[in-house]
Amino acid sequence: MIPHFLLAATFFFFLSFGYTLFTLGAGRFRSGSFNPLAMSVGFVLLSLDLWQRGNAQSSCPINSLYDVLIFMSWAIVLIYLIVGSTYRLSLMGAFTSPLVFCILLVAQLAPIPREAVPRLVVEPLIEFHASVSLIAYGAFALAAVAGFMYLVQDRQLKQRKLGPLLLNLPPITELGVATGRLLILGFSLLTAGFLAGLISGMPVNTLKFGASAGIWAVYGCIVLLHCSRRLAPRRIAGLSLLVFSIVLCTLPVIQKLSALR
Amino acid sequence: MNIFCAGINHQTAPVHIREKFSVGSHELGETLAQVRAIDGLGGAVILSTCNRVEFYAASVCPIRGLDGIRQLLRDRTGESNPPFYSHDSPRSVRHLFRVASGLDSMVIGETEILGQIKQAYTMASQHGATTRHLNRLFQHAFRVAKQVRSETQITRGATSVGAVAVDLAGKIFGDLAGRKVMILGAGETSERTARSLVSRGVRTIIVANRTFDRAAALAEEIGGLAVHFDHWHNAFDDVDILICSTAAPHPIVTREKLEPILCARAGRPLFVIDLAVPRDVDPSVNDLENVYLYDMDSLEGIVRQSLDVRGAEIVRCEKIIDLHVMDFITWSRTHADKIR
Repeated sequence: MIPHFLLAATFFFFLSFGYTLFTLGAGRFRSGSFNPLAMSVGFVLLSLDLWQRGNAQSSCPINSLYDVLIFMSWAIVLIYLIVGSTYRLSLMGAFTSPLVFCILLVAQLAPIPREAVPRLVVEPLIEFHASVSLIAYGAFALAAVAGFMYLVQDRQLKQRKLGPLLLNLPPITELGVATGRLLILGFSLLTAGFLAGLISGMPVNTLKFGASAGIWAVYGCIVLLHCSRRLAPRRIAGLSLLVFSIVLCTLPVIQKLSALR
Repeated sequence: MNIFCAGINHQTAPVHIREKFSVGSHELGETLAQVRAIDGLGGAVILSTCNRVEFYAASVCPIRGLDGIRQLLRDRTGESNPPFYSHDSPRSVRHLFRVASGLDSMVIGETEILGQIKQAYTMASQHGATTRHLNRLFQHAFRVAKQVRSETQITRGATSVGAVAVDLAGKIFGDLAGRKVMILGAGETSERTARSLVSRGVRTIIVANRTFDRAAALAEEIGGLAVHFDHWHNAFDDVDILICSTAAPHPIVTREKLEPILCARAGRPLFVIDLAVPRDVDPSVNDLENVYLYDMDSLEGIVRQSLDVRGAEIVRCEKIIDLHVMDFITWSRTHADKIR
């Protein structure tokens, strides 16, 4: 059975996406408070759902792929609410809400493992490792969203088309800066999570360790290229989108490997 | 109670006629007093801009009021038959609502007119020339204009090459303060475009022209720096916006020239505005990463697109206006005033 809080949260993310799509189509889009409000309500509902399941599992609710997808959605919205209000990037909610909506839909409808694998030991460092790593993925997801917006804006400017998207998307320079900063934030969190995992001395599957280290190294390279300005913002945007898509696709494998311990 | 309006605008009279009827702010008080002295008129508002001169008044007998205004204008200008249009309620109400919404302007959807109407109304009010009906009418007009602006796309997009360039620069850089502009060829359009950018916060402008004196003169005028034309690429490193309008018969900014310069820019975008015909910038420059090239055709294409969008919105605007006209007329009928 799908919990009510989760169902309601999914509805609010769908509402945010649908509203933006409709207003853009009708040419009435205004960067107002509807999107942040709908996303905030969705965030509160997701938090309630996590709290409910956390209580039931007596640990951070990330003990199945179903849990991981919901926790990652929560992390994406958390980072959006922080970044969205800091940078005031119009339309970011419109691009974030469909991503969150799709992840939640997959979590609820796809035939994925839902049963939480009970932890043998609930240790704070391991909890920190798992939760911070997923929040890092939330930052990478937002970097991918900002990167996608960058590529859309770049394409429109290059093609000299004045569509409603061009008028409403944030300036391309700001999108480039936001993508870079989100990548740095995500990489810092992932490093912290990674270190916590290493220090905790938890038993880990070699394949999972290799995959996680690989993701860490790839993002590290992108961050390095960004900070040294060796790669154009357009390529950074493209890479952030590509790498996150791959990470999202490999998430079930990593989760499966985690469960093997 | 009838609201009537009489006037001329850019559609009905050329500028040499309009200027004769123009009412300057120094003579507004006197003219308002003369209008108020017309038998049957309780008050008036005079709207005088470069594109229109219009009198709005409340009267129980519009024909008498109109005759009085015509006589006043004859006395003022010496024109025996002023080419004025006139409307009484409800057409006069609709006319004001359309004017306030920018539907009657030379550039559809322009917003400057609303400020001018507000000013005309404030002046009339300060001179004690407004009545209850006129107050209600103008307050209603401001509301209509606001609703039309917020609920339709009538003000959407830029409608001049300079404005498009500024909008695009905003879409590329966001805040333009601190951005550096280089003008290659000190033509009139490039000067106007540069001025538009300065009005949006650009502080540093470098001017390069074949005739150095002309570059120096323009640089002084807009607070920039002149460089010799042959050395423009030496001053190019930190430039964010390049405006070209030379009379060169072939492209002077090519991919080969730009590529090495761009390598040193660490991914900073470059916005190139080519206003020259024949073009100064090789079109293949647009294929370079972080370079956005717009020539005259693409800028004018965006202007046309904006005007088309605005044109397509007129029907929606008219529907909003119709509802408000009915609303005002209903109020007007239930609140009849007695005039002297």
